[in-house]
Amino acid sequence: MTTETSMLDKFEEKIRKEIKIEPRDWMPEKYRKTLVRQISQHAHSEIVGMLPEGNWITRAPSMRRKVALLAKVQDEAGHGLYLYSAAETLGTTRKEMTDDLHTGKAKYSSIFNYPSLTWADIGAIGWLVDGAAIMNQVMLCRTSYGPYARAMVRICKEESFHQRQGYEIMLTLARGSEEQKAMAQDALNRWWWPSLMMFGPPDHESKHTAQSMAWKIKRKTNDELRQQFVDATVPQAKLIGLKIPDSDLKWNEEKGSYDFGEIDWDEFWNVVKGNGPCNKERLNARVKASEKGQWVREAAAAFAEKQNQRKAKKEQVA
Amino acid sequence: MQSYTKYSPELEYVLRIADNSLIMGHRVSEWCGHGPVLEQDIALTNIALDLLGQSRMYLQYAAELMGGEETEDSLAFLRDAMQFRNCLLVERPNGDFAHTMVRSFLFDSFHYFFTKELLNSSDKRLKDIAEKSLKEITYHRKFSAEWTIRLGDGTEESHNRMQNAVDELWPYKGELTHPDSLDKKMAKKGVGVDLKKIEPMVGEFVGQIMDRAGLKTPQDVYMHRGGKEGTHSEHLGFILAEMQFMQRAYPGQKW
Ligand SMILES: [Fe+2]
Ligand SMILES: [Fe+2]
Ligand SMILES: [Fe+2]
Repeated sequence: MTTETSMLDKFEEKIRKEIKIEPRDWMPEKYRKTLVRQISQHAHSEIVGMLPEGNWITRAPSMRRKVALLAKVQDEAGHGLYLYSAAETLGTTRKEMTDDLHTGKAKYSSIFNYPSLTWADIGAIGWLVDGAAIMNQVMLCRTSYGPYARAMVRICKEESFHQRQGYEIMLTLARGSEEQKAMAQDALNRWWWPSLMMFGPPDHESKHTAQSMAWKIKRKTNDELRQQFVDATVPQAKLIGLKIPDSDLKWNEEKGSYDFGEIDWDEFWNVVKGNGPCNKERLNARVKASEKGQWVREAAAAFAEKQNQRKAKKEQVA
Repeated sequence: MQSYTKYSPELEYVLRIADNSLIMGHRVSEWCGHGPVLEQDIALTNIALDLLGQSRMYLQYAAELMGGEETEDSLAFLRDAMQFRNCLLVERPNGDFAHTMVRSFLFDSFHYFFTKELLNSSDKRLKDIAEKSLKEITYHRKFSAEWTIRLGDGTEESHNRMQNAVDELWPYKGELTHPDSLDKKMAKKGVGVDLKKIEPMVGEFVGQIMDRAGLKTPQDVYMHRGGKEGTHSEHLGFILAEMQFMQRAYPGQKW
């Protein structure tokens, strides 16, 4: 009997047995919706994330750095593409998703609403922002939805390369002149707290966490991932002689991990609501790219249509 | 930094090639994150990466020819406008996607035949770099030619935008294949490309694509020149102000 309940049983059994859910499998509507929201939000983050770093391509300080940065930003575009494709397997088109981004209905990671002010920000973004993203994405390689998990495996390899590249920029600055050191420290000061916010609200306030954990979309809570990131990153900062801007940061022997200061959640919610330093610029840049590309997309479609007609005519004659 | 008022002919020639790829790569890289379609954003970034990669090989060679402390970075970031040797076409602003595509189409058409001829150079290093980059340039030419056809033969709007871009950029086409005394000298030596030889090949290819795109070839156009000799348009100064900002603001540091 293929009633809703028996399908649900089958679905839940798969989740229990760690069998991936595939596009043609039956799934609860809420599971589908949660995934579309999460994957498209992730895709938008990759695309909007191109902007703060893209800012520095034309100003990179050496040819080697310029080419590496350009390749990195291009990787992010590629991630966006895989993720849109993964979300499309759930029955939503890329156009629907990007329309939601442009109208402000869909969100993207708030971290990209902060400005990249100096070259050191390129180092800090790679080290911290890609670093935080990896914590999340390594977990998502085991997410229950097959296409999402597989996209993540590809993406994670590149993200860890980005993280090392960013850290290496910071290392070079930290070992450089006084000016360069100050630039690196300033970037760390500005990016540290927003990076911690990337993991989302604390567990007791996170409205999606419990259900997502039950469906094995998520495997770790926001707070667990945040702790993991702090523990991995603090020693890296020490190693290059930079100071984490948190006076409450302390090793906790008992826990075997770091205690850290209170996150300013007012700032977090403010940026989410659109009041970050660059929310308007970022969204405008995407809307503008889309509007300016409208005639190009129309022309490409019109040309493809003409080609089809020409082909059909030829076949008729033949 | 040494003065660049005089280059040896060999060096001057290498810089011409290097600067074409560098400035063109810079312009194309300005699209990154702002392309009309995600796939095209990625493709343009790919092309920018290729061009910048080529410019690095040529600049490294130029730095070796100069000796001393010169590096690809001192050449890219510490020369002033009159010391650059790129053609005027590549410094033209991106404009809309039509302008970018027409600029690429004109440049790539030239760049392809130029690089193919450079395979015969008696200068081993130039020959090697040409060999390494020809495959990329072949792809660039295919990409920009296809878009020229697609947009020229797309909608009325795209056609008009393309024709407009062709009309605006055509006056910068001549310099690409017009040989000056250095071009002639280097061709005669067997080091450089005989521009007179490739001019009809470039012309034929451009003409074919323009026909298929339904675009009209501008007639009796005055051709601007000067970039190759170091007399540039106002645009180059702004490109350099942006590109060289870090090295100018923080001289002598490692990044
Ligand atoms: Fe990414
Ligand atoms: Fe990501
Ligand atoms: Fe990344």
